Amino acid sequence: MSDTQTTLLNTPNTAPEVRNPAELPADAGEPVFEVSDLDFFYGSFRALRDVNLGIGRRRVTALIGPSGCGKSTFLRCLNRMNDLIPGTRVDGRIAYHGQDLYGQGVDPIEVRRQIGMVFQKPNPFPKSIYDNVAFGPKVNGLKPKSMDDLVEESLRRAALWDEVKDKLKQSAFSLSGGQQQRLCIARAIAVRPDVILMDEPCSALDPIATIRIEELMVELKQDYTIVIVTHNMQQAARVSDVTAFFTAEVDDAGHRTGVLVEADATSALFTSPKDQRTDDYITGRFG
Amino acid sequence: MSTSITAPAGRPAPSRGSSTSQTEAPRPITGKSISVGRRVRNTTATVLVGLAVLVAAVPLAFVLVYVVSKGGGVFNLAFLTESIPISSRRAGPGMGPAVAGTLLITGAATLMAVPLGILAAVYLNEYGQANRLAAAIRFLSDVMAGVPSIVMGLFIYTVWVLRFGMSGFAGALALACLMLPIVIRSTEGVLRLVPRDLREASTALGARTSRTILTVVIPAALPGITSGCLLAVARAAGETAPLLFTIGTVRALNPNLFEGTNTALSAQIFVNAQLPFVAAQNRAWGAALTLILLVLLLTIIARIISARFTVR
Repeated sequence: MSDTQTTLLNTPNTAPEVRNPAELPADAGEPVFEVSDLDFFYGSFRALRDVNLGIGRRRVTALIGPSGCGKSTFLRCLNRMNDLIPGTRVDGRIAYHGQDLYGQGVDPIEVRRQIGMVFQKPNPFPKSIYDNVAFGPKVNGLKPKSMDDLVEESLRRAALWDEVKDKLKQSAFSLSGGQQQRLCIARAIAVRPDVILMDEPCSALDPIATIRIEELMVELKQDYTIVIVTHNMQQAARVSDVTAFFTAEVDDAGHRTGVLVEADATSALFTSPKDQRTDDYITGRFG
Repeated sequence: MSTSITAPAGRPAPSRGSSTSQTEAPRPITGKSISVGRRVRNTTATVLVGLAVLVAAVPLAFVLVYVVSKGGGVFNLAFLTESIPISSRRAGPGMGPAVAGTLLITGAATLMAVPLGILAAVYLNEYGQANRLAAAIRFLSDVMAGVPSIVMGLFIYTVWVLRFGMSGFAGALALACLMLPIVIRSTEGVLRLVPRDLREASTALGARTSRTILTVVIPAALPGITSGCLLAVARAAGETAPLLFTIGTVRALNPNLFEGTNTALSAQIFVNAQLPFVAAQNRAWGAALTLILLVLLLTIIARIISARFTVR
Protein backbone atom coordinates (compact mmCIF):
# COMPACT_ATOMS: atom_id res chain seq x y z
CA MET A 1 0.00 0.00 0.00
CA SER A 2 2.78 2.37 0.91
CA ASP A 3 4.34 1.45 -2.40
CA THR A 4 1.43 2.65 -4.47
CA GLN A 5 1.19 5.76 -2.35
CA THR A 6 4.73 6.85 -3.01
CA THR A 7 4.50 6.22 -6.71
CA LEU A 8 1.19 8.01 -6.90
CA LEU A 9 2.56 10.87 -4.92
CA ASN A 10 5.50 11.22 -7.19
CA THR A 11 3.52 11.45 -10.40
CA PRO A 12 2.77 15.15 -10.32
CA ASN A 13 5.90 16.22 -8.51
CA THR A 14 8.79 14.01 -9.61
CA ALA A 15 10.94 16.43 -11.53
CA PRO A 16 11.49 19.69 -9.70
CA GLU A 17 12.53 21.48 -12.87
CA VAL A 18 9.16 20.80 -14.47
CA ARG A 19 7.42 22.35 -11.52
CA ASN A 20 5.84 25.57 -12.45
CA PRO A 21 5.12 27.59 -9.35
CA ALA A 22 2.78 29.90 -11.17
CA GLU A 23 0.85 27.05 -12.68
CA LEU A 24 -2.82 27.52 -12.11
CA PRO A 25 -5.45 24.87 -12.35
CA ALA A 26 -7.60 25.16 -15.44
CA ASP A 27 -10.14 27.95 -15.27
CA ALA A 28 -8.44 29.58 -12.30
CA GLY A 29 -8.34 33.08 -13.72
CA GLU A 30 -5.82 35.75 -12.91
CA PRO A 31 -3.71 34.66 -9.92
CA VAL A 32 -4.01 36.23 -6.49
CA PHE A 33 -1.85 33.69 -4.70
CA GLU A 34 0.94 31.69 -6.23
CA VAL A 35 2.18 29.13 -3.78
CA SER A 36 5.40 27.34 -4.63
CA ASP A 37 7.22 24.57 -2.78
CA LEU A 38 5.50 25.43 0.47
CA ASP A 39 6.53 23.47 3.54
CA PHE A 40 5.05 24.19 6.92
CA PHE A 41 6.49 23.15 10.27
CA TYR A 42 5.10 23.00 13.78
CA GLY A 43 8.45 22.92 15.57
CA SER A 44 10.35 20.11 13.89
CA PHE A 45 7.18 18.41 12.70
CA ARG A 46 6.42 18.97 9.05
CA ALA A 47 2.69 19.48 8.60
CA LEU A 48 2.72 20.40 4.91
CA ARG A 49 5.08 19.40 2.15
CA ASP A 50 5.76 20.77 -1.30
CA VAL A 51 2.49 22.52 -1.91
CA ASN A 52 2.26 24.19 -5.30
CA LEU A 53 -0.97 25.94 -6.06
CA GLY A 54 -2.29 29.01 -7.77
CA ILE A 55 -5.45 30.69 -6.51
CA GLY A 56 -7.40 32.74 -8.99
CA ARG A 57 -8.99 36.14 -8.57
CA ARG A 58 -12.72 36.34 -7.94
CA ARG A 59 -13.10 32.63 -7.84
CA VAL A 60 -14.16 30.31 -5.09
CA THR A 61 -11.36 27.86 -4.47
CA ALA A 62 -12.26 24.91 -2.27
CA LEU A 63 -9.70 22.94 -0.29
CA ILE A 64 -10.94 19.45 0.45
CA GLY A 65 -9.44 16.36 1.98
CA PRO A 66 -9.62 14.08 4.99
CA SER A 67 -9.08 15.30 8.56
CA GLY A 68 -5.50 16.14 9.43
CA CYS A 69 -4.39 16.66 5.85
CA GLY A 70 -3.23 20.21 6.50
CA LYS A 71 -5.86 22.08 4.54
CA SER A 72 -6.68 24.41 7.43
CA THR A 73 -2.98 24.88 8.13
CA PHE A 74 -2.52 25.80 4.49
CA LEU A 75 -5.41 28.25 4.62
CA ARG A 76 -3.93 29.92 7.68
CA CYS A 77 -0.61 30.31 5.89
CA LEU A 78 -2.36 32.56 3.39
CA ASN A 79 -3.04 35.34 5.91
CA ARG A 80 -0.20 34.55 8.29
CA MET A 81 -2.53 33.47 11.07
CA ASN A 82 -0.07 30.72 11.91
CA ASP A 83 2.34 33.43 13.05
CA LEU A 84 0.35 33.46 16.28
CA ILE A 85 1.37 29.91 17.08
CA PRO A 86 4.86 29.86 18.59
CA GLY A 87 7.39 27.56 16.96
CA THR A 88 5.84 27.45 13.50
CA ARG A 89 7.86 28.00 10.34
CA VAL A 90 7.15 28.41 6.66
CA ASP A 91 9.48 27.29 3.90
CA GLY A 92 8.96 28.06 0.25
CA ARG A 93 7.16 30.99 -1.22
CA ILE A 94 3.66 32.39 -1.21
CA ALA A 95 3.31 35.24 -3.65
CA TYR A 96 0.34 37.51 -3.12
CA HIS A 97 -0.20 39.68 -6.20
CA GLY A 98 3.44 38.99 -6.94
CA GLN A 99 4.77 40.04 -3.52
CA ASP A 100 6.35 37.54 -1.18
CA LEU A 101 3.87 37.18 1.70
CA TYR A 102 6.62 36.11 4.08
CA GLY A 103 9.23 38.49 2.69
CA GLN A 104 11.16 41.07 4.66
CA GLY A 105 9.30 44.18 5.56
CA VAL A 106 5.89 42.59 5.11
CA ASP A 107 3.57 43.67 7.89
CA PRO A 108 1.34 40.73 8.88
CA ILE A 109 -1.22 43.21 10.16
CA GLU A 110 -1.56 44.70 6.68
CA VAL A 111 -1.69 41.18 5.22
CA ARG A 112 -4.61 40.25 7.46
CA ARG A 113 -6.38 43.47 6.68
CA GLN A 114 -6.39 42.58 3.01
CA ILE A 115 -6.95 38.88 3.52
CA GLY A 116 -9.88 38.41 5.86
CA MET A 117 -10.94 35.22 7.55
CA VAL A 118 -14.11 33.48 8.68
CA PHE A 119 -13.69 30.68 11.19
CA GLN A 120 -15.21 27.27 11.70
CA LYS A 121 -17.15 28.23 14.79
CA PRO A 122 -18.99 31.54 14.58
CA ASN A 123 -16.93 33.79 16.85
CA PRO A 124 -18.60 37.17 17.19
CA PHE A 125 -17.17 39.47 19.84
CA PRO A 126 -19.17 39.82 23.05
CA LYS A 127 -20.36 43.18 21.81
CA SER A 128 -23.40 44.51 19.99
CA ILE A 129 -24.13 43.53 16.39
CA TYR A 130 -23.22 47.05 15.29
CA ASP A 131 -19.94 47.07 17.22
CA ASN A 132 -18.97 43.71 15.80
CA VAL A 133 -19.15 45.06 12.27
CA ALA A 134 -17.60 48.41 13.18
CA PHE A 135 -14.68 46.77 14.99
CA GLY A 136 -12.53 46.10 11.93
CA PRO A 137 -12.88 49.55 10.36
CA LYS A 138 -12.13 51.11 13.75
CA VAL A 139 -8.96 49.18 14.49
CA ASN A 140 -7.73 49.77 10.97
CA GLY A 141 -8.24 53.49 11.26
CA LEU A 142 -10.71 53.48 8.39
CA LYS A 143 -12.64 56.71 8.46
CA PRO A 144 -15.74 56.07 6.41
CA LYS A 145 -17.97 59.09 5.76
CA SER A 146 -20.55 57.34 7.84
CA MET A 147 -19.86 54.31 9.99
CA ASP A 148 -23.60 53.60 10.02
CA ASP A 149 -23.61 53.32 6.24
CA LEU A 150 -20.58 51.05 6.25
CA VAL A 151 -22.18 48.79 8.84
CA GLU A 152 -25.42 48.67 6.87
CA GLU A 153 -23.64 47.97 3.60
CA SER A 154 -21.56 45.18 5.15
CA LEU A 155 -24.59 43.59 6.75
CA ARG A 156 -26.51 43.84 3.48
CA ARG A 157 -23.71 42.17 1.58
CA ALA A 158 -23.71 39.39 4.16
CA ALA A 159 -27.48 39.01 3.64
CA LEU A 160 -28.14 39.76 7.27
CA TRP A 161 -29.39 43.35 7.24
CA ASP A 162 -33.11 42.61 7.07
CA GLU A 163 -32.91 40.28 10.03
CA VAL A 164 -30.96 42.60 12.32
CA LYS A 165 -31.72 46.15 11.23
CA ASP A 166 -34.04 46.72 14.19
CA LYS A 167 -31.71 45.32 16.81
CA LEU A 168 -28.25 46.57 15.92
CA LYS A 169 -27.56 47.50 19.54
CA GLN A 170 -28.37 44.03 20.80
CA SER A 171 -25.71 41.52 21.70
CA ALA A 172 -24.34 39.45 18.84
CA PHE A 173 -25.00 36.40 21.00
CA SER A 174 -28.73 36.94 20.62
CA LEU A 175 -28.42 35.74 17.02
CA SER A 176 -28.71 32.15 15.85
CA GLY A 177 -25.60 30.24 14.82
CA GLY A 178 -26.17 30.84 11.12
CA GLN A 179 -26.84 34.52 11.70
CA GLN A 180 -23.71 34.77 13.83
CA GLN A 181 -21.67 33.27 11.02
CA ARG A 182 -23.13 35.77 8.53
CA LEU A 183 -22.30 38.48 11.05
CA CYS A 184 -18.72 37.23 11.05
CA ILE A 185 -18.74 37.44 7.25
CA ALA A 186 -20.13 41.00 7.47
CA ARG A 187 -17.41 41.82 9.98
CA ALA A 188 -14.76 40.52 7.58
CA ILE A 189 -16.27 42.44 4.64
CA ALA A 190 -16.37 45.69 6.60
CA VAL A 191 -12.59 46.15 6.38
CA ARG A 192 -12.92 45.89 2.57
CA PRO A 193 -10.59 42.95 2.08
CA ASP A 194 -9.35 41.56 -1.19
CA VAL A 195 -9.58 37.92 -0.22
CA ILE A 196 -11.84 36.09 2.24
CA LEU A 197 -10.58 32.84 3.70
CA MET A 198 -13.22 30.54 5.16
CA ASP A 199 -12.25 27.67 7.40
CA GLU A 200 -15.14 25.19 7.32
CA PRO A 201 -17.61 28.05 7.76
CA CYS A 202 -20.68 25.82 7.72
CA SER A 203 -19.58 22.86 9.78
CA ALA A 204 -21.30 24.19 12.91
CA LEU A 205 -24.49 25.14 11.08
CA ASP A 206 -27.72 23.43 10.16
CA PRO A 207 -28.52 22.68 6.48
CA ILE A 208 -30.68 25.76 5.94
CA ALA A 209 -28.09 28.12 7.40
CA THR A 210 -25.48 26.28 5.32
CA ILE A 211 -27.39 26.91 2.10
CA ARG A 212 -27.66 30.61 2.94
CA ILE A 213 -23.91 30.90 3.47
CA GLU A 214 -23.28 29.00 0.24
CA GLU A 215 -25.55 31.34 -1.69
CA LEU A 216 -23.72 34.22 -0.09
CA MET A 217 -20.35 32.85 -1.23
CA VAL A 218 -21.51 32.65 -4.81
CA GLU A 219 -22.68 36.25 -4.58
CA LEU A 220 -19.52 37.48 -2.87
CA LYS A 221 -17.20 36.07 -5.50
CA GLN A 222 -18.30 38.90 -7.82
CA ASP A 223 -16.06 41.13 -5.70
CA TYR A 224 -13.84 38.91 -3.61
CA THR A 225 -11.48 36.04 -3.98
CA ILE A 226 -12.71 33.27 -1.71
CA VAL A 227 -10.80 30.28 -0.43
CA ILE A 228 -12.84 27.80 1.55
CA VAL A 229 -11.82 24.74 3.49
CA THR A 230 -14.60 22.19 3.65
CA HIS A 231 -15.14 18.63 4.73
CA ASN A 232 -18.24 18.54 2.67
CA MET A 233 -17.59 17.49 -0.91
CA GLN A 234 -21.10 18.38 -2.02
CA GLN A 235 -20.44 21.85 -0.72
CA ALA A 236 -17.20 22.10 -2.66
CA ALA A 237 -19.04 20.92 -5.76
CA ARG A 238 -21.84 23.41 -5.25
CA VAL A 239 -19.90 26.57 -4.55
CA SER A 240 -16.40 26.32 -5.91
CA ASP A 241 -14.87 27.00 -9.30
CA VAL A 242 -11.61 25.29 -8.48
CA THR A 243 -11.03 22.46 -6.03
CA ALA A 244 -7.74 21.39 -4.51
CA PHE A 245 -7.55 17.97 -2.93
CA PHE A 246 -5.14 17.47 -0.02
CA THR A 247 -4.32 14.25 1.69
CA ALA A 248 -2.10 13.13 4.54
CA GLU A 249 0.87 10.89 4.13
CA VAL A 250 1.77 8.84 7.15
CA ASP A 251 5.44 8.02 7.62
CA ASP A 252 6.86 5.08 9.56
CA ALA A 253 6.86 7.05 12.82
CA GLY A 254 3.17 7.82 12.41
CA HIS A 255 3.65 11.50 11.56
CA ARG A 256 1.08 12.87 9.18
CA THR A 257 2.26 15.28 6.57
CA GLY A 258 -0.19 17.04 4.34
CA VAL A 259 0.35 17.10 0.59
CA LEU A 260 -1.60 18.61 -2.24
CA VAL A 261 -2.63 15.78 -4.52
CA GLU A 262 -4.22 17.73 -7.31
CA ALA A 263 -6.07 20.90 -8.10
CA ASP A 264 -8.40 21.41 -11.01
CA ALA A 265 -11.58 23.06 -12.12
CA THR A 266 -14.20 21.67 -9.74
CA SER A 267 -16.25 19.99 -12.45
CA ALA A 268 -13.14 18.31 -13.86
CA LEU A 269 -11.86 17.22 -10.47
CA PHE A 270 -15.12 15.62 -9.48
CA THR A 271 -15.83 13.96 -12.81
CA SER A 272 -12.41 12.91 -14.00
CA PRO A 273 -9.79 13.08 -11.27
CA LYS A 274 -6.28 12.45 -12.51
CA ASP A 275 -5.04 10.88 -9.31
CA GLN A 276 -6.26 7.59 -7.90
CA ARG A 277 -6.32 8.99 -4.35
CA THR A 278 -8.61 11.79 -5.41
CA ASP A 279 -10.87 9.28 -7.08
CA ASP A 280 -10.94 7.14 -3.94
CA TYR A 281 -11.75 10.12 -1.78
CA ILE A 282 -14.52 11.61 -3.89
CA THR A 283 -16.17 8.27 -4.46
CA GLY A 284 -16.14 7.64 -0.72
CA ARG A 285 -13.72 4.76 -0.65
CA PHE A 286 -11.38 6.61 1.64
CA GLY A 287 -11.60 9.29 4.33
CA MET B 1 -29.05 -0.79 -1.92
CA SER B 2 -32.34 1.03 -1.59
CA THR B 3 -34.37 -2.16 -2.02
CA SER B 4 -32.99 -3.64 1.17
CA ILE B 5 -34.38 -0.83 3.32
CA THR B 6 -37.80 -0.43 1.76
CA ALA B 7 -40.24 -2.85 3.23
CA PRO B 8 -43.44 -3.92 1.44
CA ALA B 9 -46.27 -1.61 2.35
CA GLY B 10 -48.57 -2.65 5.15
CA ARG B 11 -46.14 -4.99 6.78
CA PRO B 12 -43.54 -3.95 9.39
CA ALA B 13 -39.99 -4.11 8.16
CA PRO B 14 -38.28 -7.18 9.54
CA SER B 15 -35.32 -5.75 11.34
CA ARG B 16 -33.13 -6.88 14.19
CA GLY B 17 -34.52 -4.26 16.57
CA SER B 18 -38.09 -5.40 16.25
CA SER B 19 -37.33 -9.09 16.59
CA THR B 20 -35.48 -8.64 19.91
CA SER B 21 -38.24 -6.48 21.34
CA GLN B 22 -40.73 -9.26 20.58
CA THR B 23 -38.75 -11.90 22.47
CA GLU B 24 -37.47 -9.81 25.40
CA ALA B 25 -39.62 -7.93 27.87
CA PRO B 26 -38.79 -4.23 28.08
CA ARG B 27 -36.40 -3.45 30.92
CA PRO B 28 -38.15 -1.78 33.82
CA ILE B 29 -37.44 1.89 34.35
CA THR B 30 -38.66 2.09 37.94
CA GLY B 31 -36.20 2.51 40.83
CA LYS B 32 -36.24 -1.21 41.67
CA SER B 33 -34.01 -2.03 38.74
CA ILE B 34 -31.03 -0.31 40.37
CA SER B 35 -29.07 -2.51 42.74
CA VAL B 36 -29.28 -1.98 46.50
CA GLY B 37 -25.55 -1.36 46.75
CA ARG B 38 -25.70 1.45 44.24
CA ARG B 39 -28.65 3.05 45.95
CA VAL B 40 -26.94 2.88 49.34
CA ARG B 41 -23.76 4.41 47.95
CA ASN B 42 -25.76 7.15 46.28
CA THR B 43 -27.63 8.03 49.46
CA THR B 44 -24.44 7.95 51.54
CA ALA B 45 -22.65 10.27 49.14
CA THR B 46 -25.58 12.69 49.09
CA VAL B 47 -25.74 12.78 52.88
CA LEU B 48 -21.97 13.28 53.20
CA VAL B 49 -21.93 16.13 50.70
CA GLY B 50 -24.85 17.76 52.50
CA LEU B 51 -23.05 17.43 55.83
CA ALA B 52 -19.89 18.95 54.39
CA VAL B 53 -21.84 21.98 53.23
CA LEU B 54 -23.39 22.30 56.66
CA VAL B 55 -20.05 22.00 58.46
CA ALA B 56 -18.59 24.64 56.18
CA ALA B 57 -21.53 26.99 56.58
CA VAL B 58 -22.08 26.72 60.34
CA PRO B 59 -18.91 28.57 61.51
CA LEU B 60 -19.63 31.25 58.95
CA ALA B 61 -23.15 31.69 60.19
CA PHE B 62 -21.99 31.77 63.81
CA VAL B 63 -19.39 34.44 63.10
CA LEU B 64 -21.99 36.57 61.34
CA VAL B 65 -24.63 36.13 64.01
CA TYR B 66 -22.15 36.79 66.82
CA VAL B 67 -20.65 39.88 65.23
CA VAL B 68 -24.08 41.29 64.45
CA SER B 69 -25.43 40.60 67.92
CA LYS B 70 -22.36 42.04 69.66
CA GLY B 71 -21.69 44.92 67.32
CA GLY B 72 -25.25 45.73 66.33
CA GLY B 73 -25.81 47.45 69.69
CA VAL B 74 -23.35 50.23 69.01
CA PHE B 75 -23.62 50.34 65.25
CA ASN B 76 -25.40 53.38 63.84
CA LEU B 77 -24.66 56.35 61.61
CA ALA B 78 -22.97 58.26 64.44
CA PHE B 79 -20.67 55.28 65.02
CA LEU B 80 -19.42 55.61 61.46
CA THR B 81 -18.82 59.35 61.59
CA GLU B 82 -18.01 60.38 65.19
CA SER B 83 -14.43 60.45 66.40
CA ILE B 84 -13.09 57.81 68.79
CA PRO B 85 -13.61 58.92 72.44
CA ILE B 86 -10.42 60.04 74.10
CA SER B 87 -11.26 58.04 77.20
CA SER B 88 -11.60 54.38 76.34
CA ARG B 89 -13.87 53.83 79.33
CA ARG B 90 -16.55 56.12 77.99
CA ALA B 91 -19.38 54.43 76.20
CA GLY B 92 -20.70 55.77 72.91
CA PRO B 93 -19.63 56.32 69.34
CA GLY B 94 -17.64 56.18 67.26
CA MET B 95 -15.11 54.88 64.76
CA GLY B 96 -15.08 57.69 62.18
CA PRO B 97 -11.28 58.05 61.90
CA ALA B 98 -10.86 54.30 61.52
CA VAL B 99 -13.50 54.12 58.77
CA ALA B 100 -11.82 56.99 56.96
CA GLY B 101 -8.40 55.42 57.47
CA THR B 102 -9.50 52.02 56.13
CA LEU B 103 -11.07 53.61 53.08
CA LEU B 104 -8.06 55.83 52.37
CA ILE B 105 -5.36 53.25 52.98
CA THR B 106 -7.14 50.40 51.21
CA GLY B 107 -8.04 52.77 48.38
CA ALA B 108 -4.44 53.86 47.97
CA ALA B 109 -3.26 50.25 48.07
CA THR B 110 -5.85 49.36 45.40
CA LEU B 111 -4.69 52.20 43.18
CA MET B 112 -1.15 50.82 43.36
CA ALA B 113 -1.77 47.09 43.23
CA VAL B 114 -4.63 46.75 40.73
CA PRO B 115 -3.13 48.51 37.68
CA LEU B 116 0.26 46.95 38.32
CA GLY B 117 -1.24 43.51 38.88
CA ILE B 118 -3.43 43.65 35.77
CA LEU B 119 -0.50 44.79 33.62
CA ALA B 120 1.65 42.00 35.02
CA ALA B 121 -1.08 39.46 34.29
CA VAL B 122 -1.46 40.79 30.75
CA TYR B 123 2.26 40.38 30.26
CA LEU B 124 2.24 36.86 31.69
CA ASN B 125 -0.69 35.59 29.66
CA GLU B 126 -0.45 37.57 26.42
CA TYR B 127 3.25 38.18 25.88
CA GLY B 128 5.41 36.12 28.21
CA GLN B 129 3.38 32.90 28.10
CA ALA B 130 5.92 30.16 28.72
CA ASN B 131 9.19 32.09 28.53
CA ARG B 132 11.66 32.16 31.41
CA LEU B 133 10.89 35.65 32.63
CA ALA B 134 7.19 34.82 32.79
CA ALA B 135 7.89 31.57 34.60
CA ALA B 136 10.07 33.43 37.11
CA ILE B 137 7.43 36.11 37.69
CA ARG B 138 4.75 33.46 38.14
CA PHE B 139 6.90 31.61 40.64
CA LEU B 140 7.73 34.76 42.59
CA SER B 141 4.12 35.89 42.71
CA ASP B 142 3.15 32.48 44.06
CA VAL B 143 5.80 32.80 46.74
CA MET B 144 4.65 36.34 47.47
CA ALA B 145 1.07 35.11 47.88
CA GLY B 146 2.29 32.74 50.56
CA VAL B 147 4.27 35.32 52.55
CA PRO B 148 2.55 35.90 55.90
CA SER B 149 1.11 39.39 56.12
CA ILE B 150 3.10 40.25 59.22
CA VAL B 151 6.31 39.58 57.29
CA MET B 152 5.10 41.95 54.59
CA GLY B 153 4.52 44.53 57.30
CA LEU B 154 8.07 44.05 58.61
CA PHE B 155 9.41 44.37 55.10
CA ILE B 156 7.76 47.76 54.58
CA TYR B 157 8.85 48.70 58.10
CA THR B 158 12.52 48.16 57.26
CA VAL B 159 12.56 49.63 53.76
CA TRP B 160 10.14 52.52 54.27
CA VAL B 161 9.08 53.26 57.85
CA LEU B 162 12.63 53.34 59.27
CA ARG B 163 13.50 56.05 56.77
CA PHE B 164 10.29 58.05 56.38
CA GLY B 165 8.32 57.19 59.50
CA MET B 166 4.87 55.75 59.91
CA SER B 167 2.15 56.97 57.59
CA GLY B 168 -1.01 55.81 55.90
CA PHE B 169 0.99 55.48 52.72
CA ALA B 170 3.39 53.03 54.35
CA GLY B 171 0.36 50.93 55.31
CA ALA B 172 -0.96 51.19 51.78
CA LEU B 173 2.39 49.94 50.47
CA ALA B 174 2.22 46.90 52.72
CA LEU B 175 -1.36 46.15 51.69
CA ALA B 176 -0.48 46.64 48.02
CA CYS B 177 2.29 44.04 48.39
CA LEU B 178 -0.29 41.64 49.79
CA MET B 179 -2.83 42.39 47.05
CA LEU B 180 -0.44 42.23 44.13
CA PRO B 181 -0.05 38.44 43.86
CA ILE B 182 -3.78 37.91 44.29
CA VAL B 183 -4.54 40.38 41.51
CA ILE B 184 -1.87 38.88 39.23
CA ARG B 185 -2.92 35.28 39.60
CA SER B 186 -6.67 35.83 39.48
CA THR B 187 -6.40 38.14 36.46
CA GLU B 188 -4.10 35.76 34.64
CA GLY B 189 -6.54 32.95 35.27
CA VAL B 190 -9.41 34.95 33.83
CA LEU B 191 -7.40 36.10 30.81
CA ARG B 192 -6.53 32.49 30.07
CA LEU B 193 -10.24 31.70 29.91
CA VAL B 194 -10.84 34.18 27.09
CA PRO B 195 -11.36 31.92 24.08
CA ARG B 196 -8.63 31.82 21.44
CA ASP B 197 -11.41 32.28 18.87
CA LEU B 198 -11.88 35.88 19.97
CA ARG B 199 -8.19 36.71 19.73
CA GLU B 200 -8.02 35.09 16.31
CA ALA B 201 -11.12 36.93 15.12
CA SER B 202 -9.57 40.22 16.14
CA THR B 203 -6.18 39.39 14.65
CA ALA B 204 -7.77 38.28 11.39
CA LEU B 205 -9.37 41.70 11.12
CA GLY B 206 -5.97 43.34 11.18
CA ALA B 207 -5.79 44.29 14.86
CA ARG B 208 -2.39 44.38 16.52
CA THR B 209 -1.83 42.35 19.66
CA SER B 210 -2.02 45.44 21.87
CA ARG B 211 -5.27 46.48 20.23
CA THR B 212 -6.69 42.99 20.56
CA ILE B 213 -5.87 42.96 24.26
CA LEU B 214 -7.37 46.38 24.93
CA THR B 215 -10.53 46.06 22.85
CA VAL B 216 -11.32 42.36 22.94
CA VAL B 217 -9.50 40.37 25.61
CA ILE B 218 -9.77 42.72 28.59
CA PRO B 219 -13.43 43.66 27.98
CA ALA B 220 -14.28 39.97 27.69
CA ALA B 221 -12.42 39.23 30.92
CA LEU B 222 -13.57 42.32 32.81
CA PRO B 223 -16.21 40.69 35.03
CA GLY B 224 -13.67 38.13 36.19
CA ILE B 225 -10.93 40.70 36.62
CA THR B 226 -13.26 42.88 38.69
CA SER B 227 -14.22 40.10 41.05
CA GLY B 228 -10.60 39.00 41.42
CA CYS B 229 -9.53 42.53 42.29
CA LEU B 230 -12.39 42.96 44.74
CA LEU B 231 -11.36 39.76 46.46
CA ALA B 232 -7.91 41.26 46.88
CA VAL B 233 -9.39 44.52 48.19
CA ALA B 234 -11.55 42.65 50.68
CA ARG B 235 -8.54 40.70 51.85
CA ALA B 236 -6.47 43.87 52.28
CA ALA B 237 -9.23 45.74 54.08
CA GLY B 238 -9.25 43.16 56.85
CA GLU B 239 -5.48 42.93 57.33
CA THR B 240 -4.19 44.01 60.72
CA ALA B 241 -0.64 42.83 61.21
CA PRO B 242 1.06 44.79 58.43
CA LEU B 243 -0.70 47.95 59.53
CA LEU B 244 0.55 47.78 63.13
CA PHE B 245 4.13 48.36 61.94
CA THR B 246 3.34 50.91 59.33
CA ILE B 247 0.52 53.24 60.35
CA GLY B 248 0.38 53.05 64.12
CA THR B 249 -2.94 53.09 65.91
CA VAL B 250 -3.88 56.66 66.71
CA ARG B 251 -7.39 57.81 67.57
CA ALA B 252 -7.47 61.07 65.71
CA LEU B 253 -8.54 61.44 62.14
CA ASN B 254 -5.60 61.92 59.78
CA PRO B 255 -6.73 62.66 56.23
CA ASN B 256 -3.12 63.08 55.08
CA LEU B 257 -1.93 59.72 53.84
CA PHE B 258 1.66 60.80 53.45
CA GLU B 259 2.37 62.26 56.84
CA GLY B 260 1.81 61.17 60.38
CA THR B 261 0.42 58.06 61.94
CA ASN B 262 -2.99 56.85 60.90
CA THR B 263 -5.59 54.33 61.90
CA ALA B 264 -7.84 51.69 60.39
CA LEU B 265 -10.80 49.54 61.43
CA SER B 266 -8.73 46.39 61.73
CA ALA B 267 -6.14 48.17 63.86
CA GLN B 268 -8.84 49.58 66.11
CA ILE B 269 -10.38 46.13 66.56
CA PHE B 270 -6.98 44.85 67.60
CA VAL B 271 -6.38 47.65 70.12
CA ASN B 272 -9.85 47.97 71.58
CA ALA B 273 -10.48 44.26 71.96
CA GLN B 274 -7.47 44.09 74.30
CA LEU B 275 -8.67 46.86 76.56
CA PRO B 276 -10.35 45.88 79.83
CA PHE B 277 -13.24 48.35 79.31
CA VAL B 278 -16.62 47.12 78.10
CA ALA B 279 -17.22 50.31 76.14
CA ALA B 280 -13.98 49.83 74.19
CA GLN B 281 -14.77 46.18 73.56
CA ASN B 282 -18.17 47.12 72.25
CA ARG B 283 -16.57 49.59 69.88
CA ALA B 284 -14.27 46.78 68.68
CA TRP B 285 -17.34 44.68 67.92
CA GLY B 286 -18.90 47.61 66.14
CA ALA B 287 -15.73 48.06 64.09
CA ALA B 288 -15.81 44.37 63.19
CA LEU B 289 -19.38 44.68 61.98
CA THR B 290 -18.47 47.81 60.01
CA LEU B 291 -15.63 45.96 58.32
CA ILE B 292 -17.86 43.04 57.36
CA LEU B 293 -20.50 45.40 55.97
CA LEU B 294 -17.81 47.28 54.03
CA VAL B 295 -16.59 44.09 52.39
CA LEU B 296 -20.18 43.07 51.69
CA LEU B 297 -20.80 46.43 50.04
CA LEU B 298 -17.68 46.06 47.89
CA THR B 299 -18.79 42.58 46.83
CA ILE B 300 -22.23 43.84 45.84
CA ILE B 301 -20.68 46.69 43.84
CA ALA B 302 -18.40 44.20 42.11
CA ARG B 303 -21.37 42.01 41.20
CA ILE B 304 -23.22 44.97 39.74
CA ILE B 305 -20.20 46.06 37.71
CA SER B 306 -19.66 42.52 36.44
CA ALA B 307 -23.30 42.17 35.46
CA ARG B 308 -23.27 45.46 33.61
CA PHE B 309 -20.19 44.59 31.56
CA THR B 310 -21.10 41.01 30.77
CA VAL B 311 -22.62 40.69 27.33
CA ARG B 312 -24.78 37.65 26.99
